[in-house]
Amino acid sequence: MSVTTETTYSSAADAMPIGTPRHHIIIFAGLLVLLLIAPFVLYPVFIMKILCFALFASALNLLLGFGGLLSFGHAAFFGSASYVTAHAAKVWGLTPEVAILLGTIAAAFLGLVIGALAIRRQGIYFAMVTLAFAQMVFFFALQSPFTGGEDGIQAVPRGDLFGVIPLSNDMTLYFVVLAIVFGGLLAIYRIIHSPFGQVLKAIRDNEPRSISLGYKVNRYKLAVFVMSATLAGMAGSTKALVFQLASLTDVYWTMSGEVVLMTLLGGMGTIFGPFVGAAVIVTMQNYFASFGAWVTILQGTIFVVSVLLFREGIIGVLSRWLKKPL
Amino acid sequence: MFELLGIPPQALFGQLLLGLINGSFYALLSLGLAVIFGLLNIINFSHGAQYMMGAFVAWMGLTWLGIPYWGALVIVPLVVGTTGVVIERLMISKLYHLDHLYGLLLTFGLALIIQGLFRNGFGVSGLPYSIPSQLSGGTNLGFMFLPNYRAWVVVASLIVCFGTWFAIERTRLGAYLRAATENPTLVGAFGINVPRMITLTYGFGVALAAFAGVLAAPIYSVNPNMGADLIIVVFAVVVIGGMGSILGAILTGFGLGIVEGLTKVFYPEASSVAIFVIMAIVLLFKPAGLFGRTA
Repeated sequence: MSVTTETTYSSAADAMPIGTPRHHIIIFAGLLVLLLIAPFVLYPVFIMKILCFALFASALNLLLGFGGLLSFGHAAFFGSASYVTAHAAKVWGLTPEVAILLGTIAAAFLGLVIGALAIRRQGIYFAMVTLAFAQMVFFFALQSPFTGGEDGIQAVPRGDLFGVIPLSNDMTLYFVVLAIVFGGLLAIYRIIHSPFGQVLKAIRDNEPRSISLGYKVNRYKLAVFVMSATLAGMAGSTKALVFQLASLTDVYWTMSGEVVLMTLLGGMGTIFGPFVGAAVIVTMQNYFASFGAWVTILQGTIFVVSVLLFREGIIGVLSRWLKKPL
Repeated sequence: MFELLGIPPQALFGQLLLGLINGSFYALLSLGLAVIFGLLNIINFSHGAQYMMGAFVAWMGLTWLGIPYWGALVIVPLVVGTTGVVIERLMISKLYHLDHLYGLLLTFGLALIIQGLFRNGFGVSGLPYSIPSQLSGGTNLGFMFLPNYRAWVVVASLIVCFGTWFAIERTRLGAYLRAATENPTLVGAFGINVPRMITLTYGFGVALAAFAGVLAAPIYSVNPNMGADLIIVVFAVVVIGGMGSILGAILTGFGLGIVEGLTKVFYPEASSVAIFVIMAIVLLFKPAGLFGRTA
């Protein structure tokens, strides 16, 4: 069936100049100030959860919103990094920064393997392939001895940062997590606005033309896939230390679906959308946790409503109103 | 009796049969996905949920209305297929001008809603559905014991798969369908109501999933999560087979079921990932899938 298709990436975001617009600097600065004050007002663990998922969703958005590739298996990177970090911190007794680094490297490596296979198919098949590989990682986590099966790895020690600063205090940990996540978000911003990011957008919008212009499209796709997997892994590793837990939930397909939902709700292809989407979904899960399956129903409903009526997402709509790329 | 690589024949044939039964479900479900994809160009993520719905509606029919298994086999696909028609009219039809990804996201959301509703209503423990009396018991084939119901599942799946293939490849209606897959505008110009055909095709694909659900009800316990993990394996089956051909979907489904069964005999630890490993290999050497056309 040959119909013209369009994807609603924020059109304002496409007009983004290569330099850094002043309002982006202001928003990043405002966000940082807000996040520095937040733990004194709200429960730090709750905000840390938002932060981890904000990084996770932003990592997916790098791939989906700017590379045009829908991965339905990002839980594989998030979860396996979480397992590796938990194992390194608990069994090997490594310091938290090394544990996070190892988890992130594991996710990058997994991203390289899965990505190299997945980019061989396009569009809808790409989503199915990533989902299937993620399920394979899930079965691996379910069966292999080091993950602790159904129990997961519990009571992961947070340890001492660089061997000197104890992280058992939520407040101390908060600022470490903030540094990691904010660093990750800035890295994504930098990638998007680099020449590499411009080529990515070109491939997303018109792959045949990018090929005819001489770009090695598959290399770009693989590169952005690995970057996205790495950053998702960083989020998963950090999450393992915050909750002192790595479990099957982190690698299950529902997790992959959740992070897609966050990105979609916040606004695919926007800079701040995934952050907002993550904040909304995590808050929702927090308040509706006692309602059991209603959370699933609500998430499904948000999916349906977003796709039917609200494809630009929260930040996408805001961006259109303000006529500024956000 | 002979022994093969130290495996007793009972175990070998038992697992082969199990593989064949799993293959029956893979074939029915991937066939439905292929039919829907062919015309609508969307991947129906709620296929697993609709398969689960089929099993549940059969259970409700038996428990609340006293509709026997044989009645359910006909009525349930119609009922669930009708919900599919409604979903297509109200939601999916609004997305045809958009990127295919939105269809995937929408049906994923629908799957979450359906699963959540059934989990709310029935819990996750699973409900029993007894094998119809005509098919209880089994037959001793000499080399193995064949439960009658399981044999029926394989036969029923083969009949429905072949019937679908025949309807699409060998009848006039199927010819319209294939023509609309190639060029909907042109087919519309010949006076054929393409939107209605699209709607009915989705309904038919969903009905196939529901039929598989009814077949599965007496074998597996009827529970809200029964389709969730299955559909991911079916996705892998579809990637391996490629969605270009109806016969390809059927053959890949049965074939992979058998391969999975054999893995259970020779290397049980790998059985749950066998299909995914095959998918990786196929992606390496034949990225378009075994029966696929290069897109």
